[in-house]
Amino acid sequence: MGNVQRKRIAAQTGNEAMAYAMKQINPDVVAAYPITPATEIMERIAHRFRELPGRVFIQMEDEIGSICCMNGATAAGLKAMTATSGPGFSLMQEGIGYSVMAELPCIIVNVMRGGPATGTPTRTSQADVMQARYGTHGDHPIVAVCPWSVRECFDLTVTAVNISERLRLPVIILMDEIVGHMREVVELPEKVNVWHPDKPKPPRENYYHYDDQNNYDACIASFGEGYRIHLTGLTHRKDGFPTDEPEIIKWNLDRLRRKIEDNRSWLWDMDYLDLGSETVIVSYGTAGRSAMAAKAQFEAQTGRRVGIVRLRMVWPFPVQRLMALLRSARRVIVPEMNQGQLYREVERTVSLNVSVVSVQRYDGEMLTPEEIIDAL
Amino acid sequence: MRELKNDPFLDFFRVDERFPHILCPGCGIGTTMATMVRVFLDLGIKQDELCVVSGIGCSSRVTGYLDCDTFHTLHGRALPAATGIKLARPDMKVVVIGGDGDIMAIGGNHFIHSARRNLDLTVIVVNNFTYGMTGGQYSPTTPTQERAATAPFGNVERSFNVCFIARAAGAMFVARSTTFHVAHLKKMIQLALQKNGFSVVEVISQCPTFYGRYQGLGDAVKMLEWLKTRSVDVEKVANPWSVKDRFVIGVLHDQEEVPPYSQLYQELRNRAKEK
Repeated sequence: MGNVQRKRIAAQTGNEAMAYAMKQINPDVVAAYPITPATEIMERIAHRFRELPGRVFIQMEDEIGSICCMNGATAAGLKAMTATSGPGFSLMQEGIGYSVMAELPCIIVNVMRGGPATGTPTRTSQADVMQARYGTHGDHPIVAVCPWSVRECFDLTVTAVNISERLRLPVIILMDEIVGHMREVVELPEKVNVWHPDKPKPPRENYYHYDDQNNYDACIASFGEGYRIHLTGLTHRKDGFPTDEPEIIKWNLDRLRRKIEDNRSWLWDMDYLDLGSETVIVSYGTAGRSAMAAKAQFEAQTGRRVGIVRLRMVWPFPVQRLMALLRSARRVIVPEMNQGQLYREVERTVSLNVSVVSVQRYDGEMLTPEEIIDAL
Repeated sequence: MRELKNDPFLDFFRVDERFPHILCPGCGIGTTMATMVRVFLDLGIKQDELCVVSGIGCSSRVTGYLDCDTFHTLHGRALPAATGIKLARPDMKVVVIGGDGDIMAIGGNHFIHSARRNLDLTVIVVNNFTYGMTGGQYSPTTPTQERAATAPFGNVERSFNVCFIARAAGAMFVARSTTFHVAHLKKMIQLALQKNGFSVVEVISQCPTFYGRYQGLGDAVKMLEWLKTRSVDVEKVANPWSVKDRFVIGVLHDQEEVPPYSQLYQELRNRAKEK
């Protein structure tokens, strides 16, 4: 995905690269509400969108409006995106649940800042990892990706759109304030490949919006196509109409779960290095940069190798893959800019005789390599 | 899937699959829904070119019975969802239907901002002065001192005037009717649907199950008589906005049309392209 053709070299921030990716992908609607530190994304898009045919940027009255407007636009067959940060992400949670339930794909960028509540808008954090997974109520699948560089802000936006369209699920891009505002010289592709369904839509007479064949990689009817579809956030049958029959409730939730379970082998996305080592650092996002620096410094000082796993996708959590990758590890270090949110996921993944150490920083500053080296 | 019944009115409903409906006997929402469909037929609005959007509540259940594109969204969020549809398909006819709790309480902010933006759609607010689906709690339109499940000793809050807020927020067309005045209601919905821009119809409706019982207004027939005697035509009052204790029905606001949001956006796009 994200096939590189021509390239463009520029010094850009993560937020700018993301806005550039969105322009390449051609989402039709971006609905957003200003919030630090994500505002640059919507500013850039507003600037570019207003001249592009068929595309609309709208500044909604709040983040609830943004997510619901995206749900409406997606239901009418468009691609939609938004960018926000902690407090706005909290407001969106019910709407994200609706996107999952009605199977309306969309992209939600969350440039993470300090919390809870207003927290520290201008400082960094990785404390929304668990909210991204469990923020909306009810059992539900979710996909969240986590870029560590400006280039990855671009690439993972393309990946996120393709996953979202294929699985018909909202995908969350968890950036942190550092990645969003960091400036790097990057080469950015001028063209990207976006997934389109290769199957035709079934004729209206035997069309069921939530047919078992329609769960993923499907061509779905939208409003205005004469299919007279009904979308609801209630538990529904395959024709979209609500029900409270136990077996259909189970069918509905199993269907959502299968979106991930049937596809996780191609979904999981991570980098790894030197995995034969006794000690392995598992990280994601900006903490991954600290981990790489810690590895280099530690190896220069001691001559001992340290393994690295860096997750590009934090949800669905790559349990089986990580189990295999960490088979020979004795110690696993999980540095995060929060109070150890993904640490517990790692701990319950590895075997009992492996010690898992959480390295935490939550004062709004970036983890230093030294803090990670101390735990090695 | 659905056989044609050779009756355009019945054909507008998902009669085979979805009926009987969940509304209580004597409820005014069915009257509103049927009147709305008659207007669609009169105006020649085709089922395939129409999207009806609702939030959560008794009146929001209407979307489940209509045979067109229907969108049953989150509580209070019908208008932002309709905004998304309108951005995607400016050519589609979009109608939002919801109750006083859905549109004026949890969705109040979206209501005023949609009016301000002047989206080209019609909002039908079925005002029965209560939250019916959850069992008769007081809503933003419940008059002061009246009783409700959550106001056993009377409501201490002041109530909203739906039409007044709609006009103040910038709606192009604002009208009020009741479920007793069916022909009048039909006329009001028809005028609203013909208006280019944000139009609002407040339908005062009876809820004999909760609101009527809490106020001692009697059964559905008595409540319809109550709607009849409490209503006064807008032509017969000097200032419709200052009338208390009566439902002023009729066209309360109908201003000269200004271009709606989607048209302005298209013009802006053309200007930006020239630069």
